Amino acid sequence: MALKLRQRQRLFRWLMYAIAIVVVVLAILLGDWERIGFNFFNLEVMADMFPEVLTIAARNTILYTLMSFAIGLVGALALALMKLSSIAPYRAFAIAYIELFRGLPALITLILIGFGIPIAFQGIRIPGGRVGAGVIGLSIVAAAYMAETIRAGIEAVPRGQTEAARSLGMSSNRTMFTIVLPQAFRIIIPPLTNEMVLLIKDTSLFFVLGTTPLTKELTKFARDFMIEIRNATPLTVAALVYLAITLPLTWLVRKLEKRAAMSR
Amino acid sequence: MTAVIEIRDLHKYFGDLEVLKGIDFQVEEGEVVCIIGPSGSGKSTLLRCVNRLEEATLGTILIEGDDITDPDADVDSLRTRIGMVFQQFNLFPHLNVIQNLTVAQTKVLKRSKKEAEQVAHDVLERVGLLDKINEYPIRLSGGQQQRVAIARALAMNPDMMLFDEPTSALDPELVGEVLDVMRQLARDGMTMMVVTHEMGFALEVSDRVVFMDDGVVVEEGPPAVVLREPKTERAQRFLRMVTDK
Repeated sequence: MALKLRQRQRLFRWLMYAIAIVVVVLAILLGDWERIGFNFFNLEVMADMFPEVLTIAARNTILYTLMSFAIGLVGALALALMKLSSIAPYRAFAIAYIELFRGLPALITLILIGFGIPIAFQGIRIPGGRVGAGVIGLSIVAAAYMAETIRAGIEAVPRGQTEAARSLGMSSNRTMFTIVLPQAFRIIIPPLTNEMVLLIKDTSLFFVLGTTPLTKELTKFARDFMIEIRNATPLTVAALVYLAITLPLTWLVRKLEKRAAMSR
Repeated sequence: MTAVIEIRDLHKYFGDLEVLKGIDFQVEEGEVVCIIGPSGSGKSTLLRCVNRLEEATLGTILIEGDDITDPDADVDSLRTRIGMVFQQFNLFPHLNVIQNLTVAQTKVLKRSKKEAEQVAHDVLERVGLLDKINEYPIRLSGGQQQRVAIARALAMNPDMMLFDEPTSALDPELVGEVLDVMRQLARDGMTMMVVTHEMGFALEVSDRVVFMDDGVVVEEGPPAVVLREPKTERAQRFLRMVTDK
């Protein structure tokens, strides 16, 4: 019997609902909820994690992120200007740097700074110890990513702005710093905030450099806590704290993008 | 007396395309010269060569006797003597009106903030926008933006002004207010070079009209002559087209 197109569509729709309901019912019936609750949502364990999860772990995550972001931003600005430079060797360096550190896993760069450099050059001490190595490593990676963002922002500022500034007698450097860059940064605040969200998550790589109880960030803190007490609840707590940091930021990005789209 | 702007045998290529094919002319002090011609005739390029926003391929341009086409010329300092107004206004959108007017004064001319603001006040009064001093450009109409742009150029106390189709991007009802400001400027004795399609303005205000076509000056002379009784066939055809509109 041939069904009409509309009937077939309706049947398909009901089938989809039925599958969803069956899956949910099965999960409720078959899941070992007691075990899941005990291992992932254990209130006693949660209580044990406070206040250190905030005063040490979350604080360190935010601190490492902000430091890497600040240093990375300065490096990114220098790289972006080099990439737009009329001097070919500068351009070549910027391109090589950006491609290299965007192409490598961040973990490799961290290990390079934390272990590779100290092994190769015995006399060199990374300032700030292991945390310093982590911050420098992440800054190097962040600079590569943000350089492209800044370059795109600079190129998005209309040429007429430069011409107007130059016609008033401003030098090309003065024009860049007082006229072009302030406008470029307004354009790129949303993508830069996205870079920060990525950085927040990348601080979880710091564990590879070794930590002390006071330098643990969220992931390492949760992992060690979990292993110590043989219960997975710390992962849930860490996840919630990460979301408490990243969700407001991504919400802010969406808002800024919407505003930018409207002013255009 | 030396000319304020003296252009000698100016050639400009974009790649293989020759857009200026040997331009010679001078602008005397206090003179208002309107440059007219079909689009693509090279008039904007000519204007942009005068303050070296475009590099001349061949030839010289003297600004009050100083060669701005010389590779060793101090272009930034020469440009402070040449005000420029653009078709698209090009106000700095991240700065408010007073900051638009003071930024180059303080950073380039090294005037004190107080002095720069005094000058900004004076020129804003001249263009009739003193009440918009704290507005951002986006809040202004096109005509107001262009008047601020003129004020911004005037705040540098230039010896001459270049206008690159200053009313072409404006809604028709806003053209008048900008032309009024320019008219007043001409009356005050400013040396002006104006690329324009406003034939009425050219006829009324300019001392001389230059008709360009295909990279050369085809005809020049008093506005009444060039605009009313053009001698060349090309100028006649162009003027017929613009007046037919």
